[in-house]
Amino acid sequence: MSDRVVEFEILRYDPDQDETPRFQTYSVPCHEDWVVLDAINYIKDELDRTLSYRWSCHMAVCGSCGMVINGEPALACHAFVRDYPDQIRVEPLHNFPVERDLVVNMDDFIGKLTSVKPWLIAKDPKTIDEGAYLQSKAELSIFKQYTACINCLLCYSACPQYALNDAFVGPAALALAHRYNQDSRDVGRSARQDVVASNPGIWECSFVGACSEVCPKSVDPAAAIQQAKIASTGDYFLDFLMPWRNKAADDGSNDQ
Amino acid sequence: METIDTDIAIIGAGGAGLRAAIAASEANPGLSVALISKVYPMRSHTVAAEGGAAGVIKDEDSFDNHFNDTVSGGDWLCDQDAVELFIQEAPRELTQIEHWGCPWSRDDEGRVAVRPFGGMKVERTWYAADKTGFHLLHTLFQTSLKYPGIRRFDEYYSTDLVVVDGQCHGLTAIEMRTGQVRFFRAKAVIIATGGAGKVFPFTTNGAIKTGDGMAMAYRAGVPLKDMEFVQYHPTGLPGTGILITEGSRGEGGILVNKDGYRYLQDYNLGPPDPWPRKKAMELGPRDRLSQAFWHEQQKGRTIETDYGDVVHLDLRHLGAAKINERLPMVRELAMSYVGVDPIEAPIPVRPVVHYTMGGIDTDITTATTVAGLYAAGECACVSINGANRLGSNSLTELLVFGSLAGRNAAGYVQGGSQAANETTVNAAAEAAQQRVLELFRRKGGGESIAHLRRDMNTAMEAGAGIYRSEDSLQSCVTQMQALRQRYANVELADKSNVFNTDLIEALELGSMLDVALTMACSALQRKESRGSHQRLDFTERDDANYLRHTLASFAADQLPTIAYSDVTITRSQPAERVYGGSQE
Repeated sequence: MSDRVVEFEILRYDPDQDETPRFQTYSVPCHEDWVVLDAINYIKDELDRTLSYRWSCHMAVCGSCGMVINGEPALACHAFVRDYPDQIRVEPLHNFPVERDLVVNMDDFIGKLTSVKPWLIAKDPKTIDEGAYLQSKAELSIFKQYTACINCLLCYSACPQYALNDAFVGPAALALAHRYNQDSRDVGRSARQDVVASNPGIWECSFVGACSEVCPKSVDPAAAIQQAKIASTGDYFLDFLMPWRNKAADDGSNDQ
Repeated sequence: METIDTDIAIIGAGGAGLRAAIAASEANPGLSVALISKVYPMRSHTVAAEGGAAGVIKDEDSFDNHFNDTVSGGDWLCDQDAVELFIQEAPRELTQIEHWGCPWSRDDEGRVAVRPFGGMKVERTWYAADKTGFHLLHTLFQTSLKYPGIRRFDEYYSTDLVVVDGQCHGLTAIEMRTGQVRFFRAKAVIIATGGAGKVFPFTTNGAIKTGDGMAMAYRAGVPLKDMEFVQYHPTGLPGTGILITEGSRGEGGILVNKDGYRYLQDYNLGPPDPWPRKKAMELGPRDRLSQAFWHEQQKGRTIETDYGDVVHLDLRHLGAAKINERLPMVRELAMSYVGVDPIEAPIPVRPVVHYTMGGIDTDITTATTVAGLYAAGECACVSINGANRLGSNSLTELLVFGSLAGRNAAGYVQGGSQAANETTVNAAAEAAQQRVLELFRRKGGGESIAHLRRDMNTAMEAGAGIYRSEDSLQSCVTQMQALRQRYANVELADKSNVFNTDLIEALELGSMLDVALTMACSALQRKESRGSHQRLDFTERDDANYLRHTLASFAADQLPTIAYSDVTITRSQPAERVYGGSQE
């Protein structure tokens, strides 16, 4: 098993020293089973201690190491070097301010996540002594997929709408709102509607579906947003529901 | 140095820290709670726990069963009053998480489902598929957002506790975005920083598990308890150390050696029933299973790979439907990282460092020996885990004791803490700041953080692994001392302010070296074999001399001082640990 030498072009930016970001190239001997994160760790440990990035679990569940790798948002710990050519360009996630090197500022996302009230709002909250709520497997299956979001922000990096308008609440936060709205234990939908159904909420989404394509956990935020649109429309414009649904489907296929 | 005033400061925003923050806020919504973490809460390592959380729920189960499984699983080193409290609070805390929206897996009647785990007499592990820690963490994080009293300080690396005259007055932390040191002046502090698996080379732990909170408490004068007890999980993926949950064996997965033989039957864990028998074979406790692997390796019956020897975890007989419903992440991880689809082929696995049973010495209320300082979760040793933690007790532990720490810290603050001399306190905070600035100023030496870390990892694996001896441990201690001297010659390569991870790695390495030394010294002094601590030169358990907790205390540039304290025994006298068919 011989190592393949791969050229990594990594975006560097230190706000104290650099006026603008620049690329720096490193040659890394890569094992054939390495992920991009392994190569970046090699650079950090052996070539350049000044490189900054986030990582922790190395198993695609903590969501720390989202980066843009050869133009596509990906988790560095789940992007196998063997799937890339001999030059790999690594950039911080798009659509966020760069704090340093591959580290982006996540403040905007944290604010949006909070704004959709991502917690269970029960009608008559049970006491602990009354025990757990019942929830059938079928009820769980309606929202289970939308609980899988790891907040890695790949979807925001891929979203053309968020790139144009950073007021857009965005895929992950809207998917989480939908997750609670669909939970049989929850009655908080109306409390979330002022954000979810606002202009920068679900209606800002143009259903390109890039978010769902890059999602490493198959959350499918685009589907969550479309379902929310349908439900939201149904609230007030039931009569117009069917024509709109057809149009949305058309838009989706055209945009793909 | 900017000072941030708060009633309660919590270090670490994983499961225990978040639960503590919510509990403190619910106990008194008027309190200000600063939740300080070196990562965003959802990056905390609670996220990686897979299999589930134990709590008695089934009619055929009982508190007595959970108590006995836990105490015998811990080889009688658990404090039984703490275990009593733990098992009774467990179902209540798990129900609370359900009320907050945790998507627990369900049975056909819509009730929360449970699965069997190792060392467990009746199934009592609540699970959310095989992503239980992930769901628990995100449920807690999202729920925490609704409490206005909780103010988060994400990506602040805590460096030192500020302790004056035996009382904790807060801590110093580096705001990573600016590189500035802040003083969090607090009336009470809760440490909830998790484990220290990264002192070993091959671990399920994420990069952040560097024992910072343990080291902080240790340097501030709180003993670290039972640090020699480090759990190897029997089933990690070779190379990466990625965890393959015990739930996969709870669902019926089997372990076989290179001959396809279920070798666990040779280690008092049989008979090899085709169905999962509780507390037998693959559902034996983790220490016994990892030790059995070591013996198989000695006998040449393991399978060689580029990443060391392995055995096979075979799930094929469970079928695609069950694997996809109950173990979707296991399947995904195996396919991605070792190229094996468990529906089609067995998964290569080997023991991997997973959990530190030891930690910051606390009493049953989570209080430490320093007034106003509490600890909960993996960083603490209360002790419910004794010499070997039972699988699925740790997620429950961080809820039960995180919650307790939050309530007790809130009570402590309301009770009014001792007034402190402001000048003395500020001077202590300034001294902590100087420790960081000194790292920036240090010149020469040319030591590499990564290479020191690697040498520490190698020494710990060789000297303080699954089996230990006087020679191996003595050599390990000597190497740790040498590494600490070399550490004094680390010069930062990066002297910038914004998100300086060279600085953070240097500080983390300092924490790990302190923690590693307490592990090696505690292990060297414990001349018996108990639970996860196995000595080749003292192969039997020795209750007469060692039915005691080890307390390792900081002693500046010397080796830690080792003392002992009594184990609390209420209703279960030490006996032989029996698993497999011979338990009936």
